[in-house]
Amino acid sequence: MSHAIIAKNVSISYGSNKVINSANFVIDEEDFVCVVGANGSGKSTLIKAILGLIKPDSGKIIFENNNKRKSIGFLPQDTKTDMIFPATVIEIVLSGTLGQLGMKAFYRKENKDRAEKSLRRLNILGLKNSSFSSLSGGQKQKVLLARALAATSKILILDEPSNNLDYKSRKEFYNELKELNKSGLTIIMITHDLDAEDLIGNKIINIKESKVECYSTSDYLESFK
Amino acid sequence: MNWLFEMLSYTFIERALVVGILISICAALVGVSLVLRKNSMIGDGLSHATFGAFAIATALNLTPLWFAIPIVIAASFFVLKLSNSKKANGDALIALLSASSLAIGTIAISLTKGVNIDLNSYLFGSILSIGWSDVWLSLALTIIVILLYVFTHNCIFAITFDEDFAKAIGIKTNIYDAIFATICSLVVVFGMRLLGALLISSLIIFPTLIAMQFSKSFKHVVIHSVLISVINFVLGLTISYLITSPTGATVVIVNLVVLIISYIIHKVILGKN
Repeated sequence: MSHAIIAKNVSISYGSNKVINSANFVIDEEDFVCVVGANGSGKSTLIKAILGLIKPDSGKIIFENNNKRKSIGFLPQDTKTDMIFPATVIEIVLSGTLGQLGMKAFYRKENKDRAEKSLRRLNILGLKNSSFSSLSGGQKQKVLLARALAATSKILILDEPSNNLDYKSRKEFYNELKELNKSGLTIIMITHDLDAEDLIGNKIINIKESKVECYSTSDYLESFK
Repeated sequence: MNWLFEMLSYTFIERALVVGILISICAALVGVSLVLRKNSMIGDGLSHATFGAFAIATALNLTPLWFAIPIVIAASFFVLKLSNSKKANGDALIALLSASSLAIGTIAISLTKGVNIDLNSYLFGSILSIGWSDVWLSLALTIIVILLYVFTHNCIFAITFDEDFAKAIGIKTNIYDAIFATICSLVVVFGMRLLGALLISSLIIFPTLIAMQFSKSFKHVVIHSVLISVINFVLGLTISYLITSPTGATVVIVNLVVLIISYIIHKVILGKN
């Protein structure tokens, strides 16, 4: 399988605190990677480095096979899912296509088609004109996933997406992610849940005391037995 | 209708009307993002900084407007940067800026000798202080703000809704923050003479809060808040002329009444959450 992202000796510090120490890993195309580790272990820091939001002190993150940093679909942690924000679903999903809009002031037909395609893919096209604030937690998370899908057709990064979801919504959301992965999307997901049913990917990146280790999910789960 | 023609026959009211409408448009456009990003108090902090700068300029015999603009822009960069930072205590910083600026301004005025300063007009505004230069400057500001808004409205929405996502898809959020800080400062500096240091932030906050009661999309909130802002200003100015009340305070009361009515209609009559 061809590589999507390669991390070579990546180290990141906040002041004198080294969060990531010489990380080396490979993420292949169509991998589903779960990033695990204790609170404050550096999971979000590693993701931010992949997204280019922070620069590593040393080492580099390489994108291969026409994968580009700017065309990653991202679902951040703590998006304003709980606050009243006046926006329709289509306004939010369209903002996922802004990276493709360049310097143009108004969305084009291709942006609108792409946003609708993302909504259709997640079976929520019917919510297109609904107010985001009126949706349930699970529906809101699906809308944000649709926005991330509108930004990418290759790599999806999710930062603790199941945080505000109840058990049923979380299971549905994970099933959706598995389907997207099967359709060819590379997925990197931070999770703080260490139950076997939350580790739904084929690979695990575990961050512990600034050390980054990569396992197959079966090997990782085996190590707990 | 004679009173209307009589009102409009006064040149100072004509000027106040034009400047007020233009500033209302700009304030509403800036206000939507500020309110939704929970930065509403920035307008308040900046108006106090403007008061301090105006007072120092008067004490030093300088032109208040040109002295205040760079100072308030610098203050807004500082406050916006810190209030969006997860580490800093944004509201405490704004309170600090407000109190310090007010104190500096008051001392500067008390030490100034030989100059007649009307403290009331600084604090509560005075339509008599609006000159033709204010009209042209406000017009230029409004044209710039509207053009900027039209060309960047999609990015402004993305940043307002989810800054982390906006950064991840390559939007230079710091550039937008800088533009925002500059516009916000100019709105406050130009609008302060009309509504005063203590009331100008209401032009930024009220229209958005009213528009949010009955608009479900971001686009509609922006359009409605501009319309509401302009209508409420004109209504406030007219009522203040008819009952000879202070213009700034009347505009704020009109906004407050409209907010209460829209809230009652939204929550009680329509039963929406």
